[in-house]
Amino acid sequence: MNLLRITTIRLFYAVILLMAVLLLNFTMMHLAPGDVADTIAQSMGGADEEVLAQIRTDYGLDQPFLVQLARYMGGVLSFDLGYSYYHNAPVTDLILQRLPATLLLVFTAQIFALLLGVVLGVISARKPNGILSHFVTFFALFGYSAPVFWTGILLLIAFSLKIQWFPVSGMRDVTISGGFWVHAVDVARHMVLPTLTLSSIFLALYSRLSRATMMETLGSDYVRTAKAKGLTQRQVVYKHALKNALSPVITLAGLQFSAVVSGAVLVETVFAWPGLGTLAFESILVRDTPTILGILFFSALMVIVGNLLTDFVLRLVDPRLRARA
Amino acid sequence: MSDETFHTPVEKARSPLAEAWEMFRQNHLAMVGLGLLILIVLGAIFGPILYPTDPYEMVWAPFSPPGAEGFLLGTDYLGRDILAQLLNGARVTLIIGLAAAFVTVVIGITIGAMAGFYGGAVEEFLMRFTEFFQVLPTLLFSMVIVSLFGASLPMITFAIGVVSWTAVARITRAEFLRIREMDYVMASRASGAPGLKLMFTVILPNSLPPIIVQSALMVGSAILFEAGLSFLGLTDPNVVSWGQIIGSNRQYILEAGYTVTIPGLAIFITVLAISLVGDGLNDALNPKLRKR
Amino acid sequence: MEPLLKVENLRIELKTRAGVAPVIDDLSFELGHGESISFVGESGCGKSMTALAIMGLLPEGIGRVASGRILFDGEDLTVVSDRRLRDIRGNEISMIFQEPMTSLNPVYTVGEQIAEVLRAHQNLGQKAAWAMATELLDAVRIPNPGRRINDYPFQMSGGQRQRVMIAIALACKPKILIADEPTTALDVTVQAQIFDLLRDLRRQTGTSIIMITHDMGAVAEMAERMIVMYAGRKAEEGPVADIIAHARHPYTRGLISCVPHIVANLTDAREELTEIPGIVPGLGEFGQDRCLFSARCPQVTDKCRKARPETAIFGGRQASACWHAEEV
Repeated sequence: MNLLRITTIRLFYAVILLMAVLLLNFTMMHLAPGDVADTIAQSMGGADEEVLAQIRTDYGLDQPFLVQLARYMGGVLSFDLGYSYYHNAPVTDLILQRLPATLLLVFTAQIFALLLGVVLGVISARKPNGILSHFVTFFALFGYSAPVFWTGILLLIAFSLKIQWFPVSGMRDVTISGGFWVHAVDVARHMVLPTLTLSSIFLALYSRLSRATMMETLGSDYVRTAKAKGLTQRQVVYKHALKNALSPVITLAGLQFSAVVSGAVLVETVFAWPGLGTLAFESILVRDTPTILGILFFSALMVIVGNLLTDFVLRLVDPRLRARA
Repeated sequence: MSDETFHTPVEKARSPLAEAWEMFRQNHLAMVGLGLLILIVLGAIFGPILYPTDPYEMVWAPFSPPGAEGFLLGTDYLGRDILAQLLNGARVTLIIGLAAAFVTVVIGITIGAMAGFYGGAVEEFLMRFTEFFQVLPTLLFSMVIVSLFGASLPMITFAIGVVSWTAVARITRAEFLRIREMDYVMASRASGAPGLKLMFTVILPNSLPPIIVQSALMVGSAILFEAGLSFLGLTDPNVVSWGQIIGSNRQYILEAGYTVTIPGLAIFITVLAISLVGDGLNDALNPKLRKR
Repeated sequence: MEPLLKVENLRIELKTRAGVAPVIDDLSFELGHGESISFVGESGCGKSMTALAIMGLLPEGIGRVASGRILFDGEDLTVVSDRRLRDIRGNEISMIFQEPMTSLNPVYTVGEQIAEVLRAHQNLGQKAAWAMATELLDAVRIPNPGRRINDYPFQMSGGQRQRVMIAIALACKPKILIADEPTTALDVTVQAQIFDLLRDLRRQTGTSIIMITHDMGAVAEMAERMIVMYAGRKAEEGPVADIIAHARHPYTRGLISCVPHIVANLTDAREELTEIPGIVPGLGEFGQDRCLFSARCPQVTDKCRKARPETAIFGGRQASACWHAEEV
């Protein structure tokens, strides 16, 4: 019915947010100490006058601020995020090249954490004093307190150096040849440790919250009704309690997208995963400003898309949200 | 069945603070956390004085394992004493953690309080503003700030604070919205208390408990944040911090795993201690959540 | 004929922080085929616990049947398997609750919530179950059932939700319907409608009803027999008319005098409207060997404070657990 309208409003709002990110990028570039052209060309280690002049015309630095801003935004709308003088390539190309790896890592980790977190939460909510329940509490504290890069390094030491189950770094083994499945298995093997590492923070968060919301829904009146109907334990827990317990967990997961992307930067660095995180890391070390700002823009875009997806899933789960305009 | 019908001995009137402390004290995990925290702070203050080895000097052969030649925690890839680095790093880690959490809390409370108090268009704008900051991946954003504006201690503090206040703002706003509707606030309002005075003398004090808990947790997350930045090598290379020890040694994990595991453990224990204290505060300050 | 339900010397214990307390202490009663009885008493007297015990739904790990039997058609529900209990629940014995606003699952349509119980117990397929669910909605007088069946609970009023609960409870034509304060949360006008509905449905189906309430007016309207509970014990039991005519327990008298409209004729002399002073004792006192009402009783004597009253029978059908039942 008004789904179209809601979607339109959401999309419009997303576009506004992205424009704001661009405005922020642009402002930061101008606020940074030194000439903007210098900032942009820093990565070359002091550019010559010719390049600086090139940058000035590209960015219209001789124009008034607002005109520059308009040009910048116009550029982004035509997928032009600037030029990386360090990589000698358009920023958009660089990012699009790295984006799939990050998307793969971020979404796999998020989904894995969500699924396992809910399962752990449900099991421990049914036996609040059981061993698993204490384990979840303990694990939640660990996941929250351990620096994610440290967790990554520990896993790396344990499972690729001491016991050589998984590759040390990268996303694929270049020496492997074969069909699609051979490569898929290869990527999957590379993915195990980074995914586990990145999930560890959020797994803890999700399992703790699902445990709490499950305990609440298991004590609710409608669960009592379900029991009074003579339904099986399984139907009571999974059909009646779980579906209600899911909304807060999904909401939380949506709020975590930005943190997941942040965590991905560290995890990618630890495992040399060829995604946006490592690109950001490399670019910052060489002060490749256009690339860094481009990545910030793209990661904001990722978070926004993640939020929209969350919203969509929430609507599937909770009819009350569907009814609300 | 409520248990208020059980006879409870008449209690002496105690201040809420004393009561909260009593609650806190009964929480064993929180007390363990508090103990650890005191040890860590003492270590940061007195450690470098009692153990004056220079953390930046090569003192022995690189990669000497813990215990060897009297170096309790061994040496790193440049032959620097890890214990000395750890003790000196504790200062930086704690100072940045506290300062960044302070920035976070000040921004968060200001924005959340204004949104919750004024409502209407102000609230709408401020909450959109908050949402905007939630869309930016925090670590990346602060990486950008540090790379554009330099990696001095104040700038790192600012970079952490300015990206992580959203949680505090949301909690403050929620508390303000809740308390604004309470009878006693309505009463002060009806008796003509001026807006700002009302906000600071009536609403803010009553909304503090969850904000205090969140602030305590913010110290933990600021420490993790700083660790992440220094692990990536984005902080001042001349100031040793725990994350930096890990970052600079991470190529050598095969030869000397301890150079990474030990400082990581330090971060882990510190943040864990803070979360335990935060959980304890939460139980102690929130009477409604006291064990049912 | 054997009664449909026979509860013998039931004792239910509840774990509290201060120890184990008997929320139900030595309760016996019978329910005949097609009969309607009422449990009356203030909150915290163990009425709901009795209902939950019959359903096998005592709060897990907190409450348990410590001794006694619950015989349903001769079968002791306190010892049957979980599986058998599930077969009975919602099918042969069903229950509606006090809070219609929260008793339905917010994320499923009412149709699904009715159809579900039919699928579970009646071996109906999805289509047949929904057709039946529509009929049930019609039977509980929800207008336009064909459309409302796709509604979610939040799209319905409290009264409508309670009607849906009744539809769920009666879907499998149970032998016993337990109604735990079914109208307490509803507006007065809606209360009357729900009572009408329950009465009509009972006439049509012959279901026995156990109604739990603290409203003497509702008792007079709905039940033939009543059991007055106080602090986990049976205070008085008997035909509703007899008890209202002459209560044999001071507590019952107190309850009746709280209600203004029980006197049939407005011109009759009316007893003064009074309230019972004090509150129900805490769980910690439930097991004590004395009359638990003694602290609030206007006719208390030393004996009441020292020993648990024996049951006095009047006219073979009214029973009162009071040392001074004769004098009340």
